[in-house]
Amino acid sequence: MHDFLSAALVELSPAEWTAIWLSLRIATVATLASLPFGIVTAYALARCQFPGKTLVNGIVHLPLVLPPVVTGFVLLMLLGRKGVFGPSLAQIGIVFSFRWTGAAVACAVMGFPLMVRAMRLSFEAIDRRMELASETLGANRLWTFLLVNLPLAVPGIIVGAILAFAKALGEFGATITFVSNIPGETQTISAAIYSYTQVPGGDESAMRLTIVSIFIALFALTASEIVQWRAMKRLGRGQ
Amino acid sequence: MIEVDVRLRAGAFSLDVAFANGAGVTALFGQSGSGKSLTLSIIAGLIKPDEGYVRLDGDALVDVERNVFVPVSRRRVGLVFQDSNLFPHLSVKQNLLYGRWFAPRGERRIEFDAVVETLGIAKLVSRSPTGLSGGERQRVAIGRALLSCPRLLLLDEPLAALDIPRKLEILPLIERIRDEFDVPIVYVSHAVEEAARLASSVVVMDGGRVKFVGDPADAFNRLANSPATNRFDRSSVLTASIDEVSALYGLTKLRHPSGTIWIEGSAGRPGGVARVIVNATDVVLSLLPPQEISARSVLWGKVANIQFEGPIATIEIELTDDGPLLATITRGALEDLSLKEGSQVYALFKTAALDERSIGVANA
Repeated sequence: MHDFLSAALVELSPAEWTAIWLSLRIATVATLASLPFGIVTAYALARCQFPGKTLVNGIVHLPLVLPPVVTGFVLLMLLGRKGVFGPSLAQIGIVFSFRWTGAAVACAVMGFPLMVRAMRLSFEAIDRRMELASETLGANRLWTFLLVNLPLAVPGIIVGAILAFAKALGEFGATITFVSNIPGETQTISAAIYSYTQVPGGDESAMRLTIVSIFIALFALTASEIVQWRAMKRLGRGQ
Repeated sequence: MIEVDVRLRAGAFSLDVAFANGAGVTALFGQSGSGKSLTLSIIAGLIKPDEGYVRLDGDALVDVERNVFVPVSRRRVGLVFQDSNLFPHLSVKQNLLYGRWFAPRGERRIEFDAVVETLGIAKLVSRSPTGLSGGERQRVAIGRALLSCPRLLLLDEPLAALDIPRKLEILPLIERIRDEFDVPIVYVSHAVEEAARLASSVVVMDGGRVKFVGDPADAFNRLANSPATNRFDRSSVLTASIDEVSALYGLTKLRHPSGTIWIEGSAGRPGGVARVIVNATDVVLSLLPPQEISARSVLWGKVANIQFEGPIATIEIELTDDGPLLATITRGALEDLSLKEGSQVYALFKTAALDERSIGVANA
């Protein structure tokens, strides 16, 4: 198994390496950039009452139920070169279309509902009296959020981030619709595998990338299990 | 000085509470559903009343008419719940210092070392709260609230989740806190012993209304007389001065205007004041001065009132300079002794029947 893996890695072509690094970069950026928004949204949905809460909840979950191609097309219409916000964003130097940053946006949007769901459950599971205790001890809502809610929700935040990262690694439909399939810029592992299966003699490359993506997935899952186990143990809930 | 005068409607339940108390412990006493915890939530700022005010040393915490509502985090009111709600992600030390960090610098008058010493939790400081026992957790919770240097400490049935030995450990600690740290305390309880032992004033609540405000002994004697009280819950609160401590037998002799009471252990220094709660079912009556009998505590009084309940009679005995003492005896015994209103009797009770919860050192 080990020999087979090293043989596969040795034989990886520069183009395949590019796709792997690009995938990792896009998934990492997508996860980290959406993390603060995910935490705030999850906390607001779990703990705050505000007008339009149901609507916000619906919009957050939309990418989960829509076909990815539709989400990609909506992104194109909003952020594309001729989209609603595209031209004005371009004026201040932000361009998403056909850039790897656009792929990160697509991945972040697709992973967002998964991220928010996991975090929301974790915020909802916190005993309200823990927050009351904090407030009676003199901490206002913001301090209570930072010192009580956030640390207690860490296991759920990790799960949410891992889910979003995994979703970003596997994202295909929305990305290819929004930013196309440009090697070195927007061609992730998934897109590369798709391309290799479309050309004669590409099966071997597709196979190698498949093996690599299985290992990335296993590695990410194991790492998340370890991090989560340690977080749980710190909260005294572990075995 | 705490002044409460609030009204709140919540569905079919309506709350209308008014009381005031100076220093020491105010006990909010009542059965579950009497509105005592709701009142505490209003004082803490967790719930806003429909009408009325809560004032602490003259400052309004909430005053609906004047549109004042101080948010929970700025009330500086320490709240201890039944289950301690310690922060599991922080160490015991971090838990203890949590509120202190938010207290204004000039008002951090309560010191960490003093609290840790008083509560006997020095050994726990470096531990995680998840490994603590129920009693330990509750001590840390009390310390945490105290170290936020609150202007008022609210204890919501802090002992209800603990077994009796644990209660007996923590009750004296609350007494020490009351005496050492000079923080007024509002103590919610449905346990007579706790309230009588700690409080300088008792607010008896029932169905959202205040039934009685005043001295603990009066409150409980009044409560004990209520026909609604089960005969096993009837008890009297006696106030007596500490006469001498007998180290040889481990007993303390109390001098009551109507006689002598012996209690187990040492309740305090001679000259101090102790409160003793006597269950009506533990009292024996005698027409002659008791001789050659093991019961040591004897009080002399006059039958003031007799109430019947089937074969059982509850007799109210008037004592000198104290509330009445209740005795529950059978109707047969009553007739054999030909007791009637105005009869002089000796009331006896066993020292061994008084458990530690029923003995408290009153704050002078």
